Amino acid sequence: MFENLADKFEKAFQTLKGEGKITEINVAETMKEVRRALLDADVNFKVAKEFTDRVKEAALGQNVLTSIKPGQLLVKITKDELTALMGGAAQDVNLSGNPTVFLIAGLQGSGKTTFSGKLALHLKSKRNKRVLLVACDVYRPAAIDQLKVLAGQVGAEVYTEDGNKNPVQIAQNAIRHAKNHGFNVVIVDTAGRLAVDEEMMNEIDRVHKAIQPQETLFVVDSMTGQDAVNTAKAFNDRLNFDGVVLTKLDGDTRGGAALSIRTVVNKPIKFVGIGEKLDALDVFHPDRMADRILGMGDIVSLVERAQEQFDEKEARELQKKIAKNTFDFNDFLGQIQQIKKMGNVKDLMGMIPGMGKMLKDVEIGDDAFKSVEAIIGSMTPKERANPQIIDGSRRKRIAQGSGTGIQDVNRLLKQFEDSKKMMRMMSNKGAMSQMMRKMPGMKA
Amino acid sequence: MGLFDFFSKEKKERLDEGLDKTRESVFSKLAKAVVGKSSVDDEVLDNLEEVLVTSDVGVETTLKVIKRIEERVARDKYVGTDQLNRILREEITALLQENAGGANGSVVIPEGKKPYVIMVVGVNGVGKTTTIGKLAHRFKSSGLNVVLGAADTFRAAAVQQLILWGERVGVPVINQGMNADPASVAYDTLQSAVAKNADVVIIDTAGRLHNKVGLMNELSKIRKVMDRIVPGAPHEILLVLDASTGQNAIEQAKQFTLATDVNALALTKLDGTAKGGVVIGISDTFKIPVKYIGVGEKMDDLQIFNGKEFVDSLFK
Repeated sequence: MFENLADKFEKAFQTLKGEGKITEINVAETMKEVRRALLDADVNFKVAKEFTDRVKEAALGQNVLTSIKPGQLLVKITKDELTALMGGAAQDVNLSGNPTVFLIAGLQGSGKTTFSGKLALHLKSKRNKRVLLVACDVYRPAAIDQLKVLAGQVGAEVYTEDGNKNPVQIAQNAIRHAKNHGFNVVIVDTAGRLAVDEEMMNEIDRVHKAIQPQETLFVVDSMTGQDAVNTAKAFNDRLNFDGVVLTKLDGDTRGGAALSIRTVVNKPIKFVGIGEKLDALDVFHPDRMADRILGMGDIVSLVERAQEQFDEKEARELQKKIAKNTFDFNDFLGQIQQIKKMGNVKDLMGMIPGMGKMLKDVEIGDDAFKSVEAIIGSMTPKERANPQIIDGSRRKRIAQGSGTGIQDVNRLLKQFEDSKKMMRMMSNKGAMSQMMRKMPGMKA
Repeated sequence: MGLFDFFSKEKKERLDEGLDKTRESVFSKLAKAVVGKSSVDDEVLDNLEEVLVTSDVGVETTLKVIKRIEERVARDKYVGTDQLNRILREEITALLQENAGGANGSVVIPEGKKPYVIMVVGVNGVGKTTTIGKLAHRFKSSGLNVVLGAADTFRAAAVQQLILWGERVGVPVINQGMNADPASVAYDTLQSAVAKNADVVIIDTAGRLHNKVGLMNELSKIRKVMDRIVPGAPHEILLVLDASTGQNAIEQAKQFTLATDVNALALTKLDGTAKGGVVIGISDTFKIPVKYIGVGEKMDDLQIFNGKEFVDSLFK
């Protein structure tokens, strides 16, 4: 498996060097990689095929600018097409009814009940609605209890009818109850069902017809594989649902099912579930999903954010220092502050292709740099400029001053030396590529 | 370029049509493709690729299967439809680990392990609790004393769900209510099982995404605590996988195996349209057998996994 699609593209595009145009032949190899990336991400077989065909058409004949690598151009075209396919901006839910009725449907274990709880909290706290949750899963043991507990946690009321095994009746009675008691929103949670279960599909069809919800939401596990298209299509054929909810997106799934469903039923993805806590509900961002499916970081926004924060003059100064090996703790601190300005560190690093996967086990909080800053803050100006003078007793003092341990100070000193080495290496590499650019016929 | 090429043919068929036709018998398709030919060609392999990938087998395992078939074809020279049919099934079945359970579809508890402790793990919503209910029923029906431990103390009403299953099946459920320490529940359950001279203990755990480090560590802790009461416990760590899950199941298997030494798999929700092909690669890569499959919501809807039948179902 590969982690970095962009790298693969580069390789695939070596044949293109010296050619000014994307042609049938040179695009084929790259599209093969794209297709494999999509299949690995669980995009449906046929959807992946159709998608790569489309990208190919869009790419053919495009002139490759000298300033941009063909691989990068193709990444961009692929990403643009993918984002377009996933739909533009996030779409809001329709809250026009009085009460507004939501019907929540999906397979077993997709996360309907948890989502119902989250939606209730969202509508209550962000939209000031009075929400009534309705327990229509009369089959799974303790499903009703689960909804009751969640309702208690979000502070919403729940409507249940003990002993009544008829979801149509329960839903209708609940809406009547909501009207009589001034609820603005009714969320009807239903039992999980398989699309091939004729009896159960008829049941939800009857519930749907009886309550005529403003919003019927299809809840799907973002880890779903090739079968997502069959299921989504079957539910859509019956319910003509209004939107999709992708759950468990806080896992490391690439979530290709989102693309498959979008393509097959052409309904917007309205919410994504991103954690076990009840406020872990987010609106859907098509561009982020596109990156995720392709397994690549968001290089574009990383560059943009870096540019915003980066003072060119400062950068040149820094480069000089690195080259001369006079990079010290003052510069290090400056760098840290710059990175912090750019935003959440984990988000930021996740944007670097290949890093997302490496970082998945690492918990980086916003205060990741706090102790580092404290340690540097406890150094004298002389120590900061000449890290080599920091001996044992100085280390002890720094540790005490910063409220850390000696081993923390040691670790930082080592990290500092390592990054210094790495920066020198990188800057040498940069010199190399500059040299290459100057040589005739070498368009890197 | 090898025989296998993703882009050897550009079929411009419309997506919807295609989807409706997907489940046309694959072997009839394959048969059509080889009619009048004396060997396996690109078209056959293309069809095969489609079948395997749409069953969630995954690109990597699909390539592996195809490579093995290519090798067989090269060695045996001539391959007609019937032989292809046989070779294909053989090669895929070979990737599935031998199931140590009883061949005639019965559950077998190894000698000298009493109580036999099973710890059930998996991501959220795969059907752990339901699988436990069905497993308990199966063990009880074969005359064994079963005790369940409600160590999913996190998900709303999970304890209640297991208690209801216990009542349904007629086995005791040890619990300390919601939000209790799961390791403590597991400890209690084993103590109680030993006191009751139970044959089988099944411990339910909360669903957790495999990339949540803290929760995975918790699992290791629950596991360790059991060894103190019953040395060697848990004997079986059963990872439950949802058949509708795609390639992410591989990562699930990897992380759960790292945290808990998973040694058996259960594949649930096979009564739907999902094929669960991803277990082929998992079983092969991690050398873990698939022991059980879930085929419905009723007590009896748990079967002993049969590799041959499973492979056949991919081609239906």
